[in-house]
Amino acid sequence: MFYREAGDFKTNYAADNQTFPIKIDRKGYYVVLAFAFLVVPFLINDYWANAILLPFLIYSIAAIGLNILVGYCGQVSLGTGGFMAVGAYACYKFMTGFPEINIFFHVLLSGGVTAFVCVMFGLPSLRIKGFYLAVATLAAQFFLVWLFNRVPWFYNYSASGQINAPERTVFGFPVTGPNTEAWAAYLFCLVFLVLSALIARNLTRGMAGRKWMAIRDMDIAAEIIGVNPLKAKISAFAVSGFFVGISGALFFALYLGAVEVGEVFGINKSFLVLFMIIIGGLGSIFGSFAGAAFLVLLPVVLKVVGVDMLGWPTDIVAHLQLVIVGGLIVLFLILEPHGLAQLWRVTKQKLRLWPFPH
Amino acid sequence: MSTQDSYVTDDGRTIGPTVMEMKNITLRFGGVKAITDISFDIREGEIRAIIGPNGAGKSSMLNVISGFYVPQEGEVWYKGAKRPPMRPYQVAQQGIARTFQNIALFEGMTVLDNVMTGRIRQMTTGLLGQAIWKGKAEREETENREAVERIIDFLEIQAIRKTPVGRLPYGLKKRVELARALAAEPSILLLDEPMAGMNVEEKEDMSRFILDMNDEFGTTIALIEHDMGVVMDLSDRVVVMDYGKKIGDGTPTEVRNNQAVIDAYLGVAHD
Repeated sequence: MFYREAGDFKTNYAADNQTFPIKIDRKGYYVVLAFAFLVVPFLINDYWANAILLPFLIYSIAAIGLNILVGYCGQVSLGTGGFMAVGAYACYKFMTGFPEINIFFHVLLSGGVTAFVCVMFGLPSLRIKGFYLAVATLAAQFFLVWLFNRVPWFYNYSASGQINAPERTVFGFPVTGPNTEAWAAYLFCLVFLVLSALIARNLTRGMAGRKWMAIRDMDIAAEIIGVNPLKAKISAFAVSGFFVGISGALFFALYLGAVEVGEVFGINKSFLVLFMIIIGGLGSIFGSFAGAAFLVLLPVVLKVVGVDMLGWPTDIVAHLQLVIVGGLIVLFLILEPHGLAQLWRVTKQKLRLWPFPH
Repeated sequence: MSTQDSYVTDDGRTIGPTVMEMKNITLRFGGVKAITDISFDIREGEIRAIIGPNGAGKSSMLNVISGFYVPQEGEVWYKGAKRPPMRPYQVAQQGIARTFQNIALFEGMTVLDNVMTGRIRQMTTGLLGQAIWKGKAEREETENREAVERIIDFLEIQAIRKTPVGRLPYGLKKRVELARALAAEPSILLLDEPMAGMNVEEKEDMSRFILDMNDEFGTTIALIEHDMGVVMDLSDRVVVMDYGKKIGDGTPTEVRNNQAVIDAYLGVAHD
């Protein structure tokens, strides 16, 4: 009743191949885009930006990146934290080394650098699969964090070993540094997220995505029908690294402003992003968004309910939060192993007929 | 009749010159000889069957053709040139497509995506072009979709286009796999037991598809099959293998009357 596709006929293949083939989806998409770009910047304040919106936007980019590698191409990676660190440190080096270039390009270039590093660590994937590959990428995680901790060149020989984002502007408005306004940082991240999602969607609905999924589903058959496994895997690592690098750069420059690598980009970050795509749905762009939103929002919601509404002590709520998040993840995976994206698909299927299922 | 001359069959199809020739192929796995000194050719436009009892080396032969195994001895000649040892994906890019005895589809993808994957050879837009989508990538996607839809129509799988392959029954999966191989517009199509595990009606359907493919698209087909009735009806020429050796080669009638073939299939008294 609320969700219908009756009478929504396609007359050419381009219309059938579009991102949102159903009219109501398409309308919803434009409404969300307009709301995000035109309304939210006027409503946003520092709390909303720092607690919810910025982490959501940035983790969504990371989740899209990891989803391409794990969900679409089937190459398990536990190195996301390390690759985000590459993006962050590359961005820092670009920002301090070439201050005259706009930060927009710094972030893009950081993505490029991370793509390269990711490909280097992805080369073993040609020989090893599954859990063994996961362990190999774990090496990347530890090696990269060690590298950024131990080689002073990466943090410009600063005494604290931290990296701090200097102030940079876009169209005269600061987007990094202490003078940044919430809406500027939000819009900057939003632009990157929208671009990332569009690119990821275009790649996954075309031949590149089909090659990745072929490798994921049955690599021998993929090779027999003409997929070059080297190229397919390497391109997945490159595209994934590009997005993860962008998210790392944004995480450092816009969200945190100052980073100590072991603390921020440790193994926990790798697991967090991996959980996001597992909960959201492997092999789905929407799932990347849903998973990121779920894991960013859940602690905030629990804190609001526990501390603000029920008046419990903060430390108890903080501990309960871990228990509840963990429990929910387990429960969720038992009930819907294909994630929020599948839940959404099932809901749409039901809504199509609701309230007259026969 | 020289092997380079075209000739017309009784039912009016034109069989062209040799497109692939296997010369003295020997394939060993350690001490086991899977294929011993086998030579045969495949001519353009014909349906070539490879038969033999279990373990005769038929599938190994197909794997040699599709580049999966590299024979220790012998040469593979394709379109008049000796083929260097190459990876399976390079063989596929030369225009040799195949199906598998145990279905090898991409279970997580829809039927449409599976068949579209067969068009790798025809879709060449780079990663950057695909990321932008508008322009070359979209045009290419639409053109190839049209070609794929023709094949989907031909194999009568329109209704399951958007269904994930994992949900399909066995018979349909076999058909989707055939569609994927056919989508590549191959010079040679290799079918590894296309009728294994099917009932009589499904076998009839599949036989009809194979004949129509050969007739309408002019596809050269090499197939392995155990159902003798099907093989004798479909094929123009038959290679018979037993214990890795070739024991017969010729038209179905010739093969049927070959004493070595009868011995291999019916057994022979050793006294």
